[in-house]
Amino acid sequence: MNMLDFITKLLAATLAMGTSLAYATLGEVYTQKTGILNLGMEGIMLMGALAGFTTAFNTGNLYLALMMAMLVGGFFSLIHAFLCITMRANQVPAGLAITMFGTGLANFLGERLGPASNGYNLTGMNIPSKFSNIAIPFLSDIPILGALFDVSLLTYALYLLIPFAWFFMYKTKHGMVVRAVGENPRTAASMGISVSKIRYIYTVIGGMLAGLGGACLSLSFTPSWNEGMTGGKGWIVIALVIFSTWNPARVVIGTLVFGGITSLQFSLQAAGLKMVIPSQFLGFSPYLITLVALATMTIINQKKKGSFASPSALGTSFAIDDK
Amino acid sequence: MSELTTDETPVVRMVNITKHFPGVLANDQVNLTLHRGEILALLGENGAGKSTLMNMLVGLYQADSGEIYVKGKLAEINSPQDSMALGIGMIHQEFMLVGNMSVAENIVLGMKDLPFVPPMAEIHEKITELSKRYGLQVYPDKIIQDLSVGEQQRVEILKLLYRGADILILDEPTAVLTPGEARDLNEILKKMLTEGKSAIFITHKMDEVMEFSHTVQVLRRGKSVSVCPTKSIKRVQDLANMMVGRDILFSLERGPYNPGDIKVEVKDLLVLPVGGGKPILDNISFSIRGGEILGIAGVAGNGQQQLTEAITGLLKVNGGTIFLNGKDMTNKTPLQVIKAGVSHIPADRGSMGVVGDMSVGDNLSMKKYRTAELSSHNIIKRGLVRKFADHLIELFTIKTPNQDTSVKFLSGGNIQKTILAREIDACGGILIAVYPSRGLDVGATEAVRQNLIKQRDKGCAVLLVSEELEELLMVADKIAVMFEGRIMDIVDAKDAKTEELGMLMAGVERRDI
Repeated sequence: MNMLDFITKLLAATLAMGTSLAYATLGEVYTQKTGILNLGMEGIMLMGALAGFTTAFNTGNLYLALMMAMLVGGFFSLIHAFLCITMRANQVPAGLAITMFGTGLANFLGERLGPASNGYNLTGMNIPSKFSNIAIPFLSDIPILGALFDVSLLTYALYLLIPFAWFFMYKTKHGMVVRAVGENPRTAASMGISVSKIRYIYTVIGGMLAGLGGACLSLSFTPSWNEGMTGGKGWIVIALVIFSTWNPARVVIGTLVFGGITSLQFSLQAAGLKMVIPSQFLGFSPYLITLVALATMTIINQKKKGSFASPSALGTSFAIDDK
Repeated sequence: MSELTTDETPVVRMVNITKHFPGVLANDQVNLTLHRGEILALLGENGAGKSTLMNMLVGLYQADSGEIYVKGKLAEINSPQDSMALGIGMIHQEFMLVGNMSVAENIVLGMKDLPFVPPMAEIHEKITELSKRYGLQVYPDKIIQDLSVGEQQRVEILKLLYRGADILILDEPTAVLTPGEARDLNEILKKMLTEGKSAIFITHKMDEVMEFSHTVQVLRRGKSVSVCPTKSIKRVQDLANMMVGRDILFSLERGPYNPGDIKVEVKDLLVLPVGGGKPILDNISFSIRGGEILGIAGVAGNGQQQLTEAITGLLKVNGGTIFLNGKDMTNKTPLQVIKAGVSHIPADRGSMGVVGDMSVGDNLSMKKYRTAELSSHNIIKRGLVRKFADHLIELFTIKTPNQDTSVKFLSGGNIQKTILAREIDACGGILIAVYPSRGLDVGATEAVRQNLIKQRDKGCAVLLVSEELEELLMVADKIAVMFEGRIMDIVDAKDAKTEELGMLMAGVERRDI
């Protein structure tokens, strides 16, 4: 296999892999930017994957499937928002509970929502159509970069969504409010902003994007339903948020690096490298790289005196008469 | 002060305002009237209900009962947005600024009529124009956390002016400023008054009230106890008595200055910030004798806290030596420093002074539980602890239902007394007190100061860090002024002048004064 071809294929695989991560990470960036830590991503993504798949399986309508995934994702993060904002629960166990609930429920429903012919199990079913790659003539023929123009609609949408998310965060009045609420909710409240409302809105939006991220897996990347098919991606999302320093634009870098390493490890395994390096090592290498990346970011952050720091109020509840 | 005309409709009238918090009656049938062009000083001890009353006027809290009229009309103020629409704006004691956002972003934050993409160039221009008009110099594109406290306050004022506020509420605006900055602030406010704006300022500094208000209103325990024209007040003492409801001592009893052996000796102390940069402590040298109080003056954040942390073993030093009671204690652990006879009243009582969820008794015994006095073979003897705690509660008149109450339920003054009791009881000749009267009311402040002096008279070496010059002049024997990690000068308290200390605090070298 020639090198150019290998790299092009690797990039294509990276984009396919990274799409799901990018949606969920963008969602979590917005949620955390308002000060809410949502550790429920793994559960929400899996629920999104299930909702998307079962809708597509039963109706054949991919767009309806996406909407269902977002709806379910939004609903699960609404539970998280209610616990953390209204009930002022500790955000860490609340998020963990969402993950456990979400994964459990998704796996349970996965074995109930299938056709009778398959013992009501969704596993092993095919959907009538999936989000396939759409090649743009000429552009997709460019070596290496051509891979950017031979992706699914879900990835093309990201080309618009990520710049918009950055612009929204740093250039619009709504982004200003989001940043203020996560950094100093008291100040935001004193300026007449409803901290609870903003936190509800962006926690739910974050969950909708995570649901969409899950649906990317079951409708495009591996168009099927499998128990626990997110395989810990919801946790990688949490790491990627730190890696992207809560900046929507940098989400691209994080997802490309992580998606790239995961794809590389698949390619290397396929290329028979496992003779030299044990496959288990290749399997956990993306997570090892995540650890290294997080440690590096922390060190850089200290050097830069906190300019990459997390939102100051992240993980804390807020009420105006708190002392 | 300019003359005041009061025949117009008042701009603000608060009628029979009552507000409960769980367990506390914060405001009880309070009335307040503010006229156009008037400065009203709202005076009172901590917990008297001043901030609560003002927070209701700006819509952060809602009153349980009572009415608010603004410019003659009954007003429904349910959020800061409502009060802003009526032209009321407040500068809070803790600044309401988002540290990692720019000056301009902070100024326009939350404005409803802002377009989707705020035109930053236009906003910058408007801010520059306003800052020129009122002499409030700021750079709109600077990030808040890079600004000094004085600059941040200017941003706070601009925030209100930008929104067209004409009724300004200032919560202890000068508490964080150097004397020079405070004078600038007064000039700016005067300029605003001539344009028909009015102001309410919350304070507990009497001299500011006298110099700077038309009317003074005193709150005590949630009730308004007096409203009168400032001119009619003959003596500052009267104001203080009204505030507290009893006579306050303005000078403290103290024994003659009779210094003994050197107990604290600090030489060429150097502390560098993590990651490099200007030293936090730069060649600090001084000594304190027994029976002497050394005061450290300076605007907060000039290295005072790090100095006390270095001495108490909480902060590693990069150079220099610290001798305590004759022993080299440089870079030793806090326990070793405690055993060398050092007591420490930390700046942040909530996080370093006490464990809020533990009882008063446990907090009192926290320093002595290791000793044979309270335990044997690593088992704490509860009976001894109870006796010990009750004794200290009585000795230091700590107001608590009993010793089993969680410390966090006590008032600031009684929390501080708990710390004082523990530290003074265990004191082995050196007492380090960092902002011990910060945030305390007049009565508690008096008790704290009296206790420090008592330790001095007993032969202790006392290091007192304070941001109030009055306190230092009243309590200390010598005053060292710190600026940007250096000691500018050490002077005898009895010869020191406020202006001179103020200049040193602002970093003016001795030879230039």
